[in-house]
Amino acid sequence: MTEQTTRLVLPSHIEAVADAAAAVTDFVHSCGVGEQAAFGVHMAVREAVTNAIVHGNQEDEAKAVEVTFNCLEHALEIEVKDQGKGFDPTDVPDPTDPGNVLKTSGRGIFLMRSFMDEVQWLMRPEGGTTVRMVKQF
Amino acid sequence: MAELNIRERQAGDVTVLDMDGRITIGEGSVALRSAVRRLLEEGKKNILLNLAGVGYIDSSGIGELVSSYTAINKEGGQLKLLSLTEKLRDLLTITKLLTVFDAYETEADALSNFK
Repeated sequence: MTEQTTRLVLPSHIEAVADAAAAVTDFVHSCGVGEQAAFGVHMAVREAVTNAIVHGNQEDEAKAVEVTFNCLEHALEIEVKDQGKGFDPTDVPDPTDPGNVLKTSGRGIFLMRSFMDEVQWLMRPEGGTTVRMVKQF
Repeated sequence: MAELNIRERQAGDVTVLDMDGRITIGEGSVALRSAVRRLLEEGKKNILLNLAGVGYIDSSGIGELVSSYTAINKEGGQLKLLSLTEKLRDLLTITKLLTVFDAYETEADALSNFK
């Protein structure tokens, strides 16, 4: 597999999540990712892009979300960048704790961590958050 | 084509919603919420969600299932799930929601468990 990269710049509205999802479908196929792993990658990217639009950029249309897919030899590396004020993932409670199971939100990060092999949040010095996710295949 | 198509039918005092599409942030989640809230307003409190045609659900959709469950319980009704796909079952398992929802493989089994 030749290394390949795809980069998307999305507007900060919810409809753009579907655009990111469509791009994931194309990319995992061309990268040779199996169906089971592809489902997880698809889920994780949707959640990361949703968070970037809703929580990061707060649906401010003046701000963009940038998604980069890198297909490596045995791994898919994805970065999702927002232009928000920053975010501390340790502030998010575990949605599987008995007291949280019936909450109607707060599962996105849990799903990203469940389906990807690595998930990291980086606060960029110039502002904004980058989520870096890796899936081995 | 709509993200989520919902067809409604009645089976005794249970309203069955046959769902086809995706329950994701935006249109799909809103369609589910609107359908359930409308049924509650009409006094239809026993609801079976047939999810056989739902190929995809995200955290927003999962949240909407929880919201529907809570709203129906609050009104003294019951929400049950029918025909979960393997992926949806996996999602509800890892989020520990399969311990909350009553989920059935067959419609006859689901209907017989409404009180």
